Amino acid sequence: MYAVEMLGITKQFGNVLASDNVHFCLEKGEIHALLGENGAGKTTLMRILYGLYKADAGEIFIDGQKVEVTSPKQAIQAGIGMVTQHFTLVPTLTVAENIVLGYHDKHTVSKSEIEAKVKQASEKYGIHVEPAALVRQLSVGERQRVEILKALYRNARILIMDEPTAVLVPQEVDVLFESLLRLVKSGLSVIFISHKLHEVMAVCDRITVLRNGHVTGTVRKDETTQQDLANMMVGRETFGVSRQAKRETGKVIYTVKNLSANNKQGLPTLKDVSFEVHAGEILGVAGVSGNGQTELTQVLTGTLKPTEGSVSLGQVDLTQADPHAITEAGVGRTPEDRHEGSIGSLSVAENLALEDLDQFIHNGLLDQAAITENAKKYIDEFQIKASPSDQLRKLSGGNMQKVILARALCRKPKLVIASQPTRGLDVGATEYVRNKLLAERDRGAGVVLLSEDLDEIIALSDRIAVIYEGCIRGIIPTADATAEKLGMMMAGAC
Amino acid sequence: MLNFKIERTPAPRWAVVVIPIVAVLVTFLLCSILVLMAGANPFAAFYNFIVTPLSSQVSALEVLVKSTPLILTGMAVTFAFTAGYFNIGAEGQLYAGAIAATWVGITFTNLPGIVMIPLMVVAGFAGGVLWALIPALLKVKLKVDEVVTTLLMNSIIMFFVSFLLNGPWRSPVSGWPQSAEISDAAHFARLFPKSRLHIGFIIALLVVVIVYILIKRTPLGLKMRASGASLTGAQFAGIDTTRTMLIAALVSGGIAGLAGAVEIGGIHFHLIESISNGFGYTGIIVATLGSLHPIGATIAAMFIGLIGTGSQTVSRVLGVPVYLGDVVQNTLLLVTLAMFLLQNYRIKRV
Amino acid sequence: MDTFLVGLIAATLRVATPLIFGTLGELFCERAGILNLGIEGTMFFGAFTGFAVAATSGSVWLGLLAALLSGALAGLLMSLFSVKLGVNQHVSGLGITLLLTALSLYGFRLIFGESQVNPSIEGFKQLSIFSGSPILGPIFSQYLLTYIAIALIPVVGWVIYKTNLGLQIRAVGENPEATDAAGLNVVRLRTLALVIGGSLMAVGGAFLSIAQLGSFTFGIIAGRGWVCIALIIFANWQPNKVLWGALLFGGVSALQLRLQGMGFKLPYEVFLALPYIVTIIALTIGGRNAQAPAAMLKPYRRE
Repeated sequence: MYAVEMLGITKQFGNVLASDNVHFCLEKGEIHALLGENGAGKTTLMRILYGLYKADAGEIFIDGQKVEVTSPKQAIQAGIGMVTQHFTLVPTLTVAENIVLGYHDKHTVSKSEIEAKVKQASEKYGIHVEPAALVRQLSVGERQRVEILKALYRNARILIMDEPTAVLVPQEVDVLFESLLRLVKSGLSVIFISHKLHEVMAVCDRITVLRNGHVTGTVRKDETTQQDLANMMVGRETFGVSRQAKRETGKVIYTVKNLSANNKQGLPTLKDVSFEVHAGEILGVAGVSGNGQTELTQVLTGTLKPTEGSVSLGQVDLTQADPHAITEAGVGRTPEDRHEGSIGSLSVAENLALEDLDQFIHNGLLDQAAITENAKKYIDEFQIKASPSDQLRKLSGGNMQKVILARALCRKPKLVIASQPTRGLDVGATEYVRNKLLAERDRGAGVVLLSEDLDEIIALSDRIAVIYEGCIRGIIPTADATAEKLGMMMAGAC
Repeated sequence: MLNFKIERTPAPRWAVVVIPIVAVLVTFLLCSILVLMAGANPFAAFYNFIVTPLSSQVSALEVLVKSTPLILTGMAVTFAFTAGYFNIGAEGQLYAGAIAATWVGITFTNLPGIVMIPLMVVAGFAGGVLWALIPALLKVKLKVDEVVTTLLMNSIIMFFVSFLLNGPWRSPVSGWPQSAEISDAAHFARLFPKSRLHIGFIIALLVVVIVYILIKRTPLGLKMRASGASLTGAQFAGIDTTRTMLIAALVSGGIAGLAGAVEIGGIHFHLIESISNGFGYTGIIVATLGSLHPIGATIAAMFIGLIGTGSQTVSRVLGVPVYLGDVVQNTLLLVTLAMFLLQNYRIKRV
Repeated sequence: MDTFLVGLIAATLRVATPLIFGTLGELFCERAGILNLGIEGTMFFGAFTGFAVAATSGSVWLGLLAALLSGALAGLLMSLFSVKLGVNQHVSGLGITLLLTALSLYGFRLIFGESQVNPSIEGFKQLSIFSGSPILGPIFSQYLLTYIAIALIPVVGWVIYKTNLGLQIRAVGENPEATDAAGLNVVRLRTLALVIGGSLMAVGGAFLSIAQLGSFTFGIIAGRGWVCIALIIFANWQPNKVLWGALLFGGVSALQLRLQGMGFKLPYEVFLALPYIVTIIALTIGGRNAQAPAAMLKPYRRE
């Protein structure tokens, strides 16, 4: 008997068919991967299982019994737990408070009592957490453990993990896999959502591949290869993760020295960061979220002032410069979160013109015609599937990112700061963006690429800087970099 | 048992026209209960609200008179909200403008009308700007929530008005808490015989045009719309959101102050405590009903003016407490808000 | 102790009472993530309902109960708009304040007509503990509601921090997605917080009409609702600190009455305005490090 059967699941969002007659079955005691590129429908399917979405059609069976899961509460009662990428934890509460939230049978809450209960569960399942700690002070890996324990505390027999390794350092990934294998031996069944082929092959028993909302195949691990899986994912040969050939780079154009900064909560998050970028090179900054990449992006793009250190582009000092001055100096910037770094309710044309309004002013008024012309030019050049007057938020993630990229690159900058440029994009858009960054490098610009995707860093960079806990742990040429070596640098062993 | 499903779909285009009409009907339905409690006929009441005011020229013009301050406060609120600055202080800024205009009107008694009127307009605007300054600065420099500060400022200026009217500005002639009359030259000219409609209405329409141009056609307007939609997005694009929001807040205050000046110069001719019947708060209703679009807000202001005019008839003719008008206009706001949101949902049979 | 000081302290407690109720009520709403600008209207509605029922039924206790229920109703209305429908919280709150104010005025005219003399009732009486003592006597000669208000502060603190409900309310105000994913009902929690909050606010308003003044005037609340909103920021959203802000405002208000009586040459409006000015200053100083509940003002919707 299957632990979970999802039969004929269909879900439509507006015009998009996110799930198209999907059949998915989870055996007891297995780790089953749900594989697919971004936008394939993996998260949608699992959110339906967890009661956050309601399917338009289809049935769900848990342990052979048909169930209607219309809320997370029912999913939890049915023994399903979910650990998401955006941790659903309350930062201002303690670990224990988070774990018992919604699963506490008394009217009063005694600190010592819940902490004892959580400690007990922690030992029982072998997931190490600190019950009295405030969640906002925890590292990402620690938070994920709290999420996992939260699900197990509710007696989950089915655990859904959504892209769990996206935020982990290689060492933490090993710890996670080891925990999962151990839990599975004691009766847990796991659904492992991922788009990373090598991980899936490493830890899963069976794999179901989704593409554009429908299942392209369900196979056992030992009956398939990474290449087969890749084919099922995208329907064509993908390029593997290949590195750049070693090339000549120009002189140093961008210098960051002893940069320190506090985050928006006032805690020191960047500590004494230094690096240089040459013309015609891509410097990749590798790291997982929570280690300072966000703050580094903010400082370099001008939305956060550093407490110490300096940033200069050639002779121009950009240390305390605001975003406008940085753009004027010849830096093209993309925000880490394209939704926060653009204006969804304004049009494509308005967003494109926003960084450089002065050239669109005529007699004190906006020159609508010029703004539209400007937009048409870049829509053409960057193959953006939109018209100038479309609201930005109506565009797909890929097209939105192209608009942002067009804005950053339109003035042929000397330096490009690309922060998480392909996060959440499908394969087509990802390829486009990566090629564009390579083109900028070929044009002679310097590129600072901040990405949590190690494969992307290795594929595009000439040199790689590893950032961990706010410090640069080392900068090495890509030719010398392997995932293991980078992982060790991230853990502080250089 | 029929099974229903509620699903989210984008609103159909006819919704923009249908919603206000349905909202009005639903409002009248709800308020019928209150009318019945007063022992009056609901249909008669609503006839008097909507039709009667438009049945004669004098009365129709009176609707415009009532709309004038609402158009201005509506523009003030629209302007601020567009930039993401929640100016709830239009009421207080209106009084500040009224005070300034009154001061001009009772001090410079020898100047001719051609100078006085613009002077009062400028004074009204300046008064509003001044009263908006402190909350605006506190917000942009120190991140103090402007909703609370502007509300408190509203209370404070009422005390100041009371002080002026019971103290240094108390009319020596009548002894009532009212100021001396502004000079004749400062009276806003009437537009039609037998009607109170004055050039303040023209000024209000001009302000609508100016606000429209500012928001939709100028770089400042684009920066305001950007800041109001996404502060982080605007900052990332290099917009000085502090300066943008400050300008929006001050201009908003000025326009509200202008409303006060217009009421002094066009209707009351001296300062009293009740020159405003919550016009500053009604401005928020007007701006919201107009979806923050200047033209929409103007239409909403006129509709509220219609109801306001009608409520006096209703009260006189049917013996219903005059506050019915306020209940109707506030119910209309909430019903319209609800409908704006519900328009994105469909009920489908499964 | 100087009789002036004793009288001042006694008056401060009295004046602070509606503020304490209002602030505690708003605290529930804001901790759950809702900025409830309906507070001014809810207090007004509570004052009206309490007075109207007390006057027509002859029972102040019935009046108090009616006020409490009216506040609960106001909370439900706010929940309908800002939680269920997801309307912008500023606008729905203000809309409700305006509506409830208009309804109260309409209702008052309907019931009491347009008489020149303001109708009044014999409201709650003050309860004296320690009636013998010259110092404690006057201070502890307060209305029952005042004693309740002060006792409520630690009670609310206990509810927020030591009960399951309080934990859930805190969670939903900081991260509604997490609360939803934990299997709790976000809408139900926020509605409950609004209903509790509304009831407290309305009782605060009723205190003025059926205890302190014994009558209902159109200016009875006079912006106190807005002051409560400021007091929460001042208390950094912590129940235990609510008392200090309320006492500060109450103290300055009580002081201005006494200073007036002592013939200070400043116009009395200055003293009336003083508490509000002090509140703005306090907000400026105290508000900078304030940590509002993270999800306040953001509606939550599941796809």
